[in-house]
Amino acid sequence: MTQDSKDTWIILGASSSMARAFVRRLAEDGHGLILTGRDKDDLARIAADCKARGASSATNFPIDARDAATFAPILTHASGLEGQLSCAVFLGSMPDQSEIDADPSLIDGVIADSFTGPAQFLQLLAPQMEARGGGTVVGIGSVAGDRGRLGNYVYGAAKAGFATYLSGLRNRMGRSGVHVMTVKPGPVDTAMTWGLGKQPFMTTSEGVAGDILKGLKKQRNTVYTAGIWRLVMLVIRNIPEPIFKKMSI
Amino acid sequence: MLWNTQTYTGWGRALSAEGELARPERAAALAGLVTHPAIGARRSYGDACLNSKGSAVDMSRLDRVLSFDVSTGLVEAEAGAPIGELARLFAPMGWMPTVMPGTGFATVGGCIAMDVHGKNHHVDGSFGSHVTAIKLMVNGKPRTITPKRNAALFKATIGGLGQTGIIASATLQMSRCEGTGMEVTEQRAENWEEHIALLSSSQARYTVGWLDCTAKGKNLGRGIVEEARSTAVRPQSSHKGGSKSVPFNFPRFTLSKAMVSGFNKAYYLRIRDGGQTRIKPLEEFFFPLDKIHNWNRLYGKSGFHQFQCVLPDDKLPELRAMVETIAQSGLASPLAVLKRLGSDAAGVMSFPMQGYTLAVDFRESEKARKLIKKLNAATLAAGGRIYFAKDSLATEAEAKAMYPDWAAWAAEVNKADPEHTFETDLTRRLGLRSI
Repeated sequence: MTQDSKDTWIILGASSSMARAFVRRLAEDGHGLILTGRDKDDLARIAADCKARGASSATNFPIDARDAATFAPILTHASGLEGQLSCAVFLGSMPDQSEIDADPSLIDGVIADSFTGPAQFLQLLAPQMEARGGGTVVGIGSVAGDRGRLGNYVYGAAKAGFATYLSGLRNRMGRSGVHVMTVKPGPVDTAMTWGLGKQPFMTTSEGVAGDILKGLKKQRNTVYTAGIWRLVMLVIRNIPEPIFKKMSI
Repeated sequence: MLWNTQTYTGWGRALSAEGELARPERAAALAGLVTHPAIGARRSYGDACLNSKGSAVDMSRLDRVLSFDVSTGLVEAEAGAPIGELARLFAPMGWMPTVMPGTGFATVGGCIAMDVHGKNHHVDGSFGSHVTAIKLMVNGKPRTITPKRNAALFKATIGGLGQTGIIASATLQMSRCEGTGMEVTEQRAENWEEHIALLSSSQARYTVGWLDCTAKGKNLGRGIVEEARSTAVRPQSSHKGGSKSVPFNFPRFTLSKAMVSGFNKAYYLRIRDGGQTRIKPLEEFFFPLDKIHNWNRLYGKSGFHQFQCVLPDDKLPELRAMVETIAQSGLASPLAVLKRLGSDAAGVMSFPMQGYTLAVDFRESEKARKLIKKLNAATLAAGGRIYFAKDSLATEAEAKAMYPDWAAWAAEVNKADPEHTFETDLTRRLGLRSI
């Protein structure tokens, strides 16, 4: 780890399967954890799990990406902590594209959960991190954000927006010694994909967690996980639009 | 997405079921799924973890440690937590689960449902004896049951094959350990008599015999007896190495007679004449095969069966005759285990009884099934019983005769689950709940 083990990590969306695998690794390294999410009971369970695994502290706060009022208590709590502060964003939602077709107003929620909510939070957190002169931001994007596709282009658009935001944040925060890393997972074996059956180049939550930590160690800007997706998306991004628009991949 | 239709199997892969599986990630999601049987890591070999008549709940993602007290060694964990993970987390702090089966992938819920035993059963008893409380899902809500306040339901749940309801979490009393190392002494046993003598006279907390089921005549019963104790000495790092995986189903000749017998001989001769003592990492002693993921693929596509029985102490000649039958058949694989068991059994349907237990793998074939059926009958005749965690071939009459308290158990279970929603292929095959 590049971080001092006394760092505290703020986790947005700690109940997600990927977040849980990641916080376990952080806990075993002795980090402090601020876990946020919507399922209060589950946050308490994850906090207990992390403490048993060696987290130096684990507190939890409710958060709703669509309600900026839930951000303030977390930020206030964080401002009272010593040492470096880091933040990992696992928030996001992906309704079926067909549900969105039936009710386009769902788009607001997807954008808020996957992009604007986390972006607002990070925007509020940024001055604190800059003042501390270090720490890391990890943002979970998606390979779906690399090109709009038939099956999930609203979700993809939200993730693309978030990735662009992270790219700008990286540009800003790098000046103060804060590293911003964008993570783009392909299909991951989680509750979201359960029921879809085996997906191409599917990885596990533990695999994602390992790739994030490896990426942090190497101070990478963008990490694809599984790693093969970097290549796959390079190809997909370079398919000429006249051909791509006729494909359904 | 809640449900996923899958064809799934137990560890032996000889039997399979097709059905819908849910895999909740959070306790809140479990609450809506309590009318389906729960399955864990699917490390039971036969059909105990299959429900071909319906759906099942895969508990593997409910694996959080909910509390741990370093001064008392009490740990509460969600049912899907692997038992080996608890050892990995807490051994460095001086605690490990008191009873651990031969694989660390087995879940806490599975260990309760099978009332598993470990290499220390003769000293510490079975898994259920160290469970101080269980949170059982009743009508969608967790209800805490303890051995004192809910004796009958608790005893029906320990070794209860999941029939009293979904176990959400459990509190375990762990045991003190010196650290993450085990001091393991291995000794050769040249034949059956020597093997039994070493096992019966062993003073070690952890004892297990490895049996060469291909040795015949004067070598019958040949093997290696391992005795171990916890140690603060750090194991050498040379044992570490990453885990390996069996990437595909092996062809049939891999476990042919000649290969097995050669492997067994080499394994036996590796131990020096006067025995040897080494420090091994804890997981290597308790879970020797866990380093090779999917080792069940070594048996090929059609899978395998494990026969495991326990016979009372005074039936050693009968046990010897079984080993002789197995050796004559030439069907056994290298993986055979002989162990002494104590009298402790925490549940009504628990497997352990005072005596000796024998576990042998057979690649699936008609011959093997015939042989196992013969061994099942011999077990019953000798007043012993077979282990439901391994079984796929016993008959209803045999199972009921081996577990004479089955009807009392069924009455208690049917009270907790009057709709029979938690029945599995195993309970249906053996009619365990039809009074």
